[in-house]
Amino acid sequence: MAEKKKRVFNRQKTKTAMPEQKPEDRIRNFLEVPLGYTDEMAISEAQRCLGCKTRPCVTGCPVDVKIPEMLELIADGDLPGAYSKVKETNFLPAICGRVCPQEDQCEKHCILGKKGESVGIGRLERYIADWDLNAATEEVSSTSAPSTGKKVAIVGSGPAGLTAASDLVQMGHEVHVFEALHKPGGVLFYGIPEFRLPKKILVREIEGLAKVGVKFHMNYVVGATETLTELRDRFDSIFIGVGAGLPWFLGIPGENLNGVYSSNEYLTRLNLMGAFNFPEYDTPVKPGQRIVVVGAGNTAMDSARISQRLNPEQVTLVYRRSRAEMPARVEEIHHAEEEGIQFKLLHTPIEIVGNDKGNVTGVVLQKMELGEPDASGRRRPLPVEGSEFTLECDSVVVALGCSPNPLMTKVEPDLEVSRRETIVVNEVTMETSIPGVFAGGDIVTGGATVILAMGAGRLAAKGMHHFMMTGSSPEAEV
Amino acid sequence: MIENPRQAFSCSLPRIDLDEDLVATQNTRKVHPPLFIRFQLRYTALVKDTIRHAQISIYEPIQLLPGRSSLGFKILKKQVLAPNTVLFDVEAPQIAAKAKAGQFIILRVCDNGERIPLTIAQTRPADNVVTIVVQELGKTTFDLCRLNEGEEILDFVGPLGKPTEISNVGTVVCVGGGVGNAVVWAMVQGFKAAGNKLISIIGAREKELLILEDEIGAISDELIVTTDDGSYGRKGLVTEALKEVLDREDEKVSEVVTIGPVIMMKFVAKTTEPYGVPTQASLNPIMVDGTGMCGACRVTVGGKIKFACVDGPEFDAHKVDFDELMSRLVFYKDMETESYERARNEKCRLMQQAEEVE
Repeated sequence: MAEKKKRVFNRQKTKTAMPEQKPEDRIRNFLEVPLGYTDEMAISEAQRCLGCKTRPCVTGCPVDVKIPEMLELIADGDLPGAYSKVKETNFLPAICGRVCPQEDQCEKHCILGKKGESVGIGRLERYIADWDLNAATEEVSSTSAPSTGKKVAIVGSGPAGLTAASDLVQMGHEVHVFEALHKPGGVLFYGIPEFRLPKKILVREIEGLAKVGVKFHMNYVVGATETLTELRDRFDSIFIGVGAGLPWFLGIPGENLNGVYSSNEYLTRLNLMGAFNFPEYDTPVKPGQRIVVVGAGNTAMDSARISQRLNPEQVTLVYRRSRAEMPARVEEIHHAEEEGIQFKLLHTPIEIVGNDKGNVTGVVLQKMELGEPDASGRRRPLPVEGSEFTLECDSVVVALGCSPNPLMTKVEPDLEVSRRETIVVNEVTMETSIPGVFAGGDIVTGGATVILAMGAGRLAAKGMHHFMMTGSSPEAEV
Repeated sequence: MIENPRQAFSCSLPRIDLDEDLVATQNTRKVHPPLFIRFQLRYTALVKDTIRHAQISIYEPIQLLPGRSSLGFKILKKQVLAPNTVLFDVEAPQIAAKAKAGQFIILRVCDNGERIPLTIAQTRPADNVVTIVVQELGKTTFDLCRLNEGEEILDFVGPLGKPTEISNVGTVVCVGGGVGNAVVWAMVQGFKAAGNKLISIIGAREKELLILEDEIGAISDELIVTTDDGSYGRKGLVTEALKEVLDREDEKVSEVVTIGPVIMMKFVAKTTEPYGVPTQASLNPIMVDGTGMCGACRVTVGGKIKFACVDGPEFDAHKVDFDELMSRLVFYKDMETESYERARNEKCRLMQQAEEVE
């Protein structure tokens, strides 16, 4: 073992810039936009960490990644060490480094952020995960516990389900993942575009799970192919992570015109079904030349940015509040603007108009102004009377959010659901109203983020382990 | 009968006559010139390669579920019912055990393929069999109809949607058209088992295209067959026959269910409306996931937006906006045609290559 080196600090006030594809290039391809740090950049960025004793960054992380240790190991150039440190608590670092809203989590708490920019923790997490990917190291066979002889079913292969599966398989349980679609990954596959999360990275993470023994069952709709009750006969414990897959529409006239897509349909056609590759791929999509995206969350940004790559005349993003209220990651908003997407802020669609063939020809927008803060703390948008005008377009992508999909819950009367159709759980153990059945992710919280779903999956895995090993429901203190 | 199958594949023909080669494959294998058989093998190999390509390594550790002999979904039986219309028995034990009349499955043939919904025609749980009837209309159904017994459908998921609401209501009239008659077959079994008197009205454009007449007739108390050109049964539309049944003085029809072309269902609804007979139509909009996740299958029913995949596929026919459904169904027509043409031209190209090899 080498003697521990004296720490070197980098006093730079700003984050090391991330090399990126130029906007004019990237709108012509589906490749990832940020290219990732080089070794020098990563080491220099990691050396900015002050190594605070209080570890404020970790408090911002839903899965408690050991950030200061990771940064120190990168700064020392011990990349295998840094990678295993991250993997201790985060099973999907390559994904989190790309899709987590770090500015609201770890980086928000960084002391450096008070007088400059925080350490680029997300970028370094991505760097270390990509290093492992490129190094093609033999999968460090994780310290799996001896087999417990218990079987668990994970319903849904999105971020919550994959995290729970990873934890449970390492505890020595036999894990079966059930997925309704034909590819695993849930929203990571059908929702997040290639340029933000390359599929090969996702597939590699999932293959890693399959290698350590997780069994995947595609084309399996729990609630239709088999009910939860039947699964309970076959498995010792069940995790439900089916996500929030029921898209909201606007509730305005003209919404069934051809060319009006939910962001779910639009992104599924493009990401899961490969419609941008038509006719090599059979699934069509018809956004036309002028595309309007409604909403300002990450899904809206994804929809707008993927549209921009389909060679359109114009992509317009319509949002009823102002820039300050946009819920998307800062980086996504920034990228969207760079790529030439027009923002129409403080506007709301009130009608979609079409021609005699039933195809969209435009959307009627109304101007809004901000009033008093509402229940969410954001200033309530109020319509400006008489400000309506028509914006011509060929398609409208509605990216307002999703509610939980009731497909499974409605056939399970014993499973307690809230008025919003979310599954009610004990917030500490993630156990539902049925003993031994746990839930987490968007099906519990409503539409949220990948990392929160992963945090919930981890918490549930702990509870499930306790339930299976002791035969009793975990106490709230667990 | 084809004298020279090469002619059937000639690219100069405006439309390749696929039905004939299917019929030929099924019934008259020994009269085939060897070239045709070679082509079939080549095409099969092509599809198989695609499928193999799709089996990324994560699929390998999947434990086979009981009753499944392969990772894909094996075709146990293939039968050509009419030109361009093929019946498949597919090995899918979980779905066979669960499915009820009126529900559907979604399938994908190859890894770059589209997901298409098909309403289930019959299930035989004891044999692990789900029966579907496919009419070749586009690229996916073209690929599907080229698969043979023993080959596999890559993805096959279900049962999706709500089952037909079946109870003993008295006299039920099932009205089907074209390939929709396959679903009428499923429905009549359900309604009969519940103790209803059943009158089935099934229509087709011409005699050759009529399917499952014997099967539906065997279960129904009365069967009326119509063809548009009068080549078989009564000449005329199913709606005319339906009106006569509704006009019968000695018969009170309690319910009508209908499935077939949208235009036919629209006029069935118009026919029953003045009589106030409850009417259910099984809709077939474009779908992607089939589990309520995307909303591609939106239909307007009674002024409200419904998702056919989870709220349907059957709805009160008197409230369905059929015109909107028709407009939504043709939105991708140009692209679907392009895709279909490509697939058929590819087949031509392979034929020519086979010829050159010869």
